[in-house]
Amino acid sequence: MRALVPLPLVLPLVAAALTLVAHGRLRVQRAISLVALTATTAIAVALLALVERDGPAVVTIGGWARGIGIAYVADLLSALFLTVAMATVLCVLAFAVGQLRAVQESRYFHPLYLVLTAGVAGSFLSGDIFHLFVTFEVMLLASYVLLTQSGDDGQVRPAMTYVVVNLLSSTLFLTAVALLYGATGTLDMAALGDRVADLPPAVREALRLLFFLVFGIKAALFPLFFWLPDSYPTAPTSVTAVFAGLLTKVGVYAILRTQTVVFGVGDGSPDGFILVVAGATMLVGVLGAIAQDDVKRILSFHIVSQVGYMVFGIGLGTRAGLAATILFVVHHIPVKTALFLVGGLVEETTGSGALRRVGGLGRRMPAVAALFAPGALSLAGIPPFSGFFPKLALVQAGLAGGQYAIVAVSIVVSLFTLFSMTKIWAGVFWGDPEEPPPLARAREDGPLRPPRLMTAATVGLVAVTLGIAVSAGPLFDLALRAADPLLQAGAGR
Amino acid sequence: MTLALAVAVGVLYGTGTYLLLQRTLTRVVIGLAMMGHGANLLLLLAGGSPGLPPLIGDATRERGALADPLPQAMALTAIVITFGTVAFLLALAYRSWALTDDDEVEDDVEDRRIARAPVVPDVVIEQEEP
Amino acid sequence: MNSLILTTSTRALFHTILLFSLFLLFAGHNDPGGGFVGGLVAGAALVLRAVAHGAEDVVRTARVRPEALLGGGLLLAAGTGAGALVLGGDFLESGYVEADVPLLGTVKVVSVLLFDIGVYLVVVGLVLALLVSLGRELDT
Repeated sequence: MRALVPLPLVLPLVAAALTLVAHGRLRVQRAISLVALTATTAIAVALLALVERDGPAVVTIGGWARGIGIAYVADLLSALFLTVAMATVLCVLAFAVGQLRAVQESRYFHPLYLVLTAGVAGSFLSGDIFHLFVTFEVMLLASYVLLTQSGDDGQVRPAMTYVVVNLLSSTLFLTAVALLYGATGTLDMAALGDRVADLPPAVREALRLLFFLVFGIKAALFPLFFWLPDSYPTAPTSVTAVFAGLLTKVGVYAILRTQTVVFGVGDGSPDGFILVVAGATMLVGVLGAIAQDDVKRILSFHIVSQVGYMVFGIGLGTRAGLAATILFVVHHIPVKTALFLVGGLVEETTGSGALRRVGGLGRRMPAVAALFAPGALSLAGIPPFSGFFPKLALVQAGLAGGQYAIVAVSIVVSLFTLFSMTKIWAGVFWGDPEEPPPLARAREDGPLRPPRLMTAATVGLVAVTLGIAVSAGPLFDLALRAADPLLQAGAGR
Repeated sequence: MTLALAVAVGVLYGTGTYLLLQRTLTRVVIGLAMMGHGANLLLLLAGGSPGLPPLIGDATRERGALADPLPQAMALTAIVITFGTVAFLLALAYRSWALTDDDEVEDDVEDRRIARAPVVPDVVIEQEEP
Repeated sequence: MNSLILTTSTRALFHTILLFSLFLLFAGHNDPGGGFVGGLVAGAALVLRAVAHGAEDVVRTARVRPEALLGGGLLLAAGTGAGALVLGGDFLESGYVEADVPLLGTVKVVSVLLFDIGVYLVVVGLVLALLVSLGRELDT
């Protein structure tokens, strides 16, 4: 059990090293990546099962005592996120392998992708704030390069924004770490809760806001989200999909951890500041999506809007609110990724994701339309799909906390989400294209068929989302239990 | 000594922020590098006053008169990371310059396109509204 | 660039610097030095040679692909951490052996050395990769 904890970080790193050694042999690289990520997913599932049965596992690097050595902590929350994230990463890898062109374009795709996975896994498992900084950087550095692989004009300018904004937020992260360490003398999350509680209120609040700002940039909260819809759509689909599913959610996870365990937000009373930010994020994100007319750009703006929901649950500060946030993240990672993969299938077959250049694909690719529907309805929160349950839990938690304004905002945003999903549906799957699509075979009539492995990977991910919908009840119980340690930290002060 | 360092941190952050707000990419990169240095210096400051031995072992010294070695390890890690990212950013800026012959950050093209777009909804939207 | 002074002194300095980088690598852990610093010094030697003789010369004489160095180094470093797990320790836990070697006296070998060698290889591989990509004409 103890040996399992660092493995989700180590295994992808070792595999990344192997794919570098096997540089130039694409088949070997693919085999290594697939085996490593399958194993990592299996380990994540095993960790979840063990943690669920035996309670959290803590491992310190180098066998040092906790407080001196850096701790890896696998509790229910991190194991749950890790499992969903690794399953998603695996499906996207299968998609990328199926999409021959994009992978062959870049000889470094596999090592970078594996390093990105290691960074994500490390962030979820980290029990130390400086280690969190390092794993964040590992993840971001890999993402910078993945985003600029082709290096042409269309990618470099948006990527510049992405890199500059994230580098700025990393510098602020470092500043926050230095100030926190200067104030408390430790960076171990378990020890920080008590020490931060003893700080003068002004210092505590300043540190809390600094950390909220840092992770708010990473999670794309209002008003710091502008970099996201600009940069994400320019990358190849497999890269955008995994970014969309995971990167901002790691930011949300960091907010969830630090605000509750370190700064005691989860003490049962709502945090007005976080709630206002959450409401603005939801609303502005969805309004941005409505103004767009490209599948990937619409979906990118929806990431912003959905992050608002997650932060809404954190702002409530109650057990139900935090559990709803956890369930929302668990549902959101596969659903968002699946939607991007469907967008990728459309682009792969027609050559474009712009709504005016595609159309009538429901007739020509019924399978792809069938894959889009559950994801889109889920995003809008329509029962019985997976998005309905976390939204219901959020609304209930919001009503129980008496936060009627934000509940109203979240319901209105749901309607807007449904509207922009129907916009994609009508533009892509119904009607006729206004301008001819770029690819020749898409201009002719008759059925279109995307590569089989790409479709299979998307099917796999959609199956995961349906699985979440079916097991929403037990998952919510699990989320409630995962939220407990966050609350105990808050109750301790 | 600590005051001098604190002032240095402030100056580095200040100039870094000023450069970051410029339109020229090279200035942005240099600004980020300066802020990175400021953050590293701040990490060192978090370890206590400078000039003290990092480890316990000299019994003649009074208790507490030790520098904490941990921030130095963190600063070293952070320096490597900042160095790597700034180097990448520099390469990206060079690439951008080579592609466009221009070092200026343009306005957001997509934003301007939407701002110019007619208020009347386009055909795609009209189709699904009754 | 073709400077006689530079090429001649590079011939004398190149191996000296490489040797010094190895010294730093092995002196690490207990004394100032270590894999990262050693790798940087070795990288500096490579860059010096690239300045004197051109990047292609370095890449050609290195006879090893930078990706292999990067991957091998990362494998060694990550493998040292994982190896401790296999031996029943904690992640990245280290052990050491002491041995009396004739002429050298008591030598203490720490398993961290393997990790350091990995870091050394990664840094050298990185410098080589830089020389490969910067040595080429810019592909605009």
